[in-house]
Amino acid sequence: MYGFEIERPTSVADAVAALGADEAQALGGGQTLIPTLKQRLAMPSKLVALSGIAELRYVRREGDVLKIGGGTTHGTVAREAAGNFPGLAALAAKIGDPAVRNRGTIGGSLANNDPSACYPAAALACGATIVTNSREIAADDYFQGMFTTALEEGEIVTEVRFPIPEKAAYTKFEQPASRFALVGVFVAKYADGVRVAVTGASNDGVFRWSAAEEALSGSFSADAVAGLAAPDGSDMISDLHGSGAYRAHLVGVMTKRAVVAAG
Amino acid sequence: MPKDNGIGASTKRREDVRFLTGTGNYTDDINLYGQAYVHFLRSDVAHGRINGIDTAAAEAMPGVLRIFTGADFEALGGLPCGWQVTDRFGQPMKEPKHPVLAHGKVRHVGDPICAVVAETLDQARDAAEAIVLDIEELPAVVDMRKALEEGATLVHDDLTDNLCYDWGFVEENKEAVDEAIRNAAHVTTLELINNRLVPNPMEPRVAVGDFNAASGDSTLYTTSQNPHVIRLLMGAFVLGIPEHKLRVVAPDVGGGFGSKIYHYAEEALCTFAAKALRRPVKWTSTRSEAFMSDAHARDHVTKIELALDADHKFTAVRTSTLANMGAYLSTFAPSIPTWLHGTLMAGNYTTPLVYCNVRAVFTNTVPVDAYRGAGRPEATYQLERVIDKAARELGVDPIEIRRKNFVTEFPYQTPVAVEYDSGDFHRLMDKLEARADFAGFAARREESKKKGLLRGLGINCFIEACGIAPSNLVGQLGARAGLYESATVRVNATGGLVVMTGSHSHGQGHETVFPQVIAEMTGLDANMIEISHGDTANTPMGMGTYGSRSIAVGGSAMVRATEKIINKMKKIAAHLMEAAESDIELRDGTFSVAGTDKSVAWGDVTLAAYVPHNYPLEDIEPGLEETAFYDPANFTYPAGAYACEVEVDPETGRVTIARFTTADDFGNVMNPMIVDGQVHGGLAQGIGQALLENASYDENGQLLSASYMDYAMPRADDVPFFSVDHSNGTPCTHNPLGVKGCGEAGAIGSTPTVVNAVVDALQSGGYKVDHVDMPVTPSRVWAAMQG
Repeated sequence: MYGFEIERPTSVADAVAALGADEAQALGGGQTLIPTLKQRLAMPSKLVALSGIAELRYVRREGDVLKIGGGTTHGTVAREAAGNFPGLAALAAKIGDPAVRNRGTIGGSLANNDPSACYPAAALACGATIVTNSREIAADDYFQGMFTTALEEGEIVTEVRFPIPEKAAYTKFEQPASRFALVGVFVAKYADGVRVAVTGASNDGVFRWSAAEEALSGSFSADAVAGLAAPDGSDMISDLHGSGAYRAHLVGVMTKRAVVAAG
Repeated sequence: MPKDNGIGASTKRREDVRFLTGTGNYTDDINLYGQAYVHFLRSDVAHGRINGIDTAAAEAMPGVLRIFTGADFEALGGLPCGWQVTDRFGQPMKEPKHPVLAHGKVRHVGDPICAVVAETLDQARDAAEAIVLDIEELPAVVDMRKALEEGATLVHDDLTDNLCYDWGFVEENKEAVDEAIRNAAHVTTLELINNRLVPNPMEPRVAVGDFNAASGDSTLYTTSQNPHVIRLLMGAFVLGIPEHKLRVVAPDVGGGFGSKIYHYAEEALCTFAAKALRRPVKWTSTRSEAFMSDAHARDHVTKIELALDADHKFTAVRTSTLANMGAYLSTFAPSIPTWLHGTLMAGNYTTPLVYCNVRAVFTNTVPVDAYRGAGRPEATYQLERVIDKAARELGVDPIEIRRKNFVTEFPYQTPVAVEYDSGDFHRLMDKLEARADFAGFAARREESKKKGLLRGLGINCFIEACGIAPSNLVGQLGARAGLYESATVRVNATGGLVVMTGSHSHGQGHETVFPQVIAEMTGLDANMIEISHGDTANTPMGMGTYGSRSIAVGGSAMVRATEKIINKMKKIAAHLMEAAESDIELRDGTFSVAGTDKSVAWGDVTLAAYVPHNYPLEDIEPGLEETAFYDPANFTYPAGAYACEVEVDPETGRVTIARFTTADDFGNVMNPMIVDGQVHGGLAQGIGQALLENASYDENGQLLSASYMDYAMPRADDVPFFSVDHSNGTPCTHNPLGVKGCGEAGAIGSTPTVVNAVVDALQSGGYKVDHVDMPVTPSRVWAAMQG
């Protein structure tokens, strides 16, 4: 780890101001950034810790929307979203281990957009709105490829708004070592149709599987997915843990299982 | 009934109190006054020529005390190899120099180039980044087959090729084996890979070097399984420090599994730098460094052929193996694929003819050496896999084909040098059949089927050569060390007893089990008995802990030394009671004269030994301290029969272990609870190898699985609740406790059991899969199912 300054603002406004400094970087739960710093792979001059900002930590329902503050930990979402949005709570409950869930935040996960992270699948499948200190971004516009998002320099995820689906479930096939998603599929059924988002599989990061969405919007059943051809494996990640073809195959299996789990 | 704290009692581990309450004393807990820190600048390329190292800017950085490079060690020795293998043609193996710091070339990612010593670790790291390296990258030699091709890039320029040795065993039997295979009724052939592993003890390696300018003595604190061996290797072969001027201390050590047997460059560097700088110098490995500097394990590519007659009796085994040595020869590397591997190729069977060919290969990868089982898992895996395949090809029951070939009379001289002293393989299989509920398997398979899962049953038998080892035998085989063990037993005036043992405990539980043996012999309460280990200053000699040898060899030395103590105390007691020595009995800590009510307490005798006012000074010396060296007459031969049931998800290829049942023969068992734990740990490591772990290099020699993000360690939910049994073993016939050793069995016996079960599951689902290489990951299973 190289030396750096750290600021611990207690309001979003102060955090945004602090992030104006040269080479300043926001620190959420630190589940990616801290290991990166420890390996000297990043050299920010200043870290702006968001963990002291109380106004970023909440889970609340407003009508048919579940609003989650950007600084809310996975552990909190797992507990507090369970009543209103059990599919999302279940996803949060299976991220990492208890230590990770008690530090890692939804805002940090979405800002990092790791191609194997779980939350991007939920946000994209639900057509969530990512709210920042300066604007609202639709999930369809927000995710722009591996580790890439619509966020501008210094922009902070303050809230994520999830339209609560009629039915939803996330199924994750874990990479054996990291237990990140080798393939994770979030299926969300709304009155106007079904959305399916896939994480872990693609070189382009989280994506929607439109063929499955169409089929499931017609008939929300495992059989509807069973007949589908797997998505194109050539865009899929191929590594030690599985070929692109294997991941493409798993997309179909996990989608089917998510539909069954959603009931 | 065993006493509460005697042999056979499941005494709770006394060392766990300090381990679980954070009061252990690990090497990284040791911080000396004036201590400096070293950071190693390591190669990030697998192979390259060092054209220049410019340390000028780095040396000017704040806090930097000294930057060492390979040139500093040019006049000194390299890291020695402790075993010389002789090849098929009578020639010694090739033994390239292993410099402390890379000199001329770097040969693997992680090869240390510079050692930066500074006031703080951060300063050392900062300075390392300012070193300018001029390294000309060379093509990396990674794949063993390519390494042996004509014209392959040389890992060591002073050698003619990348072949360390071409070993044949039993060479005189080669033609007879070839002929038996030509004439066999059936030959089953299997090609397989024994996957490379990274040992991953919980505690990474640490070294603290210290130098006493007044006495001229050097001290090294290090994470070692055998501090005396490090003292000998580093002192005599690397730094030229005689043993009486060098102390090596291995305090609490957080697991080793073999990887902390070896003498590593970092130990030599810290000792050397401390003397050069007159400052203690400390190095603590990061986990990332451990992945690229701890000796790796296994890494064999093997073809095995099993010949059977019409009656399904095994008539011959022929194997051809490529064994990866990595870039340099680690301390015991050459012995692992040879003498610890070929000698087990008869297994539990009466196969009369065996020929085992092993070619050891240098590559631009981390050196490979012993790891829990060491050669024996490789032998067992291939033999038990090929037997399983043969049973399937012939349509016979995998248990029956094994039973048909079991060795049944002991001692049994195998065709591969070793002589099994005792065992009962049918009884082990009987126990396994009863305990694993094979009768209920069909119903369990149906239950799995209802869940959409394929259930498979895998069987395995194994034998291992442990209690390593008779010195005269290993000397003939090329060992450059004796493999005895020593123990000193000291009884103090006030009656307490301390054993200074050369067996190092780094998780095994010696501090609990060794006192149980003494308690059994003396009747002393366990809290009167202390075990001291890990310090060359207080133990005469120690060959250390590996090869399931602690209780069999170290324990035997302790028994012998304790017998000497008891004999001397009987002399003293006889004098005190004015009785004949031959009439003295020791029972429950009291010496008495047989057939009388005369007795003296243990403490009266010990006091007399140190306050010899009424003492037979003309016959015996005062004091109570005795040393014994024990050199075993033979290896010990633990054996077992294991069963594993797996469930395979045919949609994803994921394998889950549903049941695992063991029947082990460890001879006499000192502490059943600790032996259970040893088996559990070994099984977890074997299951880790079978399903999860893989050290994978790309073609450029970059380690792809260089962190826990990509290297999958077994976790609690990867293993089932094990059902283990080690009751009623056949005692070892040649050591005083009748013990065989239990540390490696689980890791040796489990890999083929798991893979046999996976193949059984897949075949039950109609998939024509007769082998899947380890680790049997979901993606590999799925790919195999696709044909």
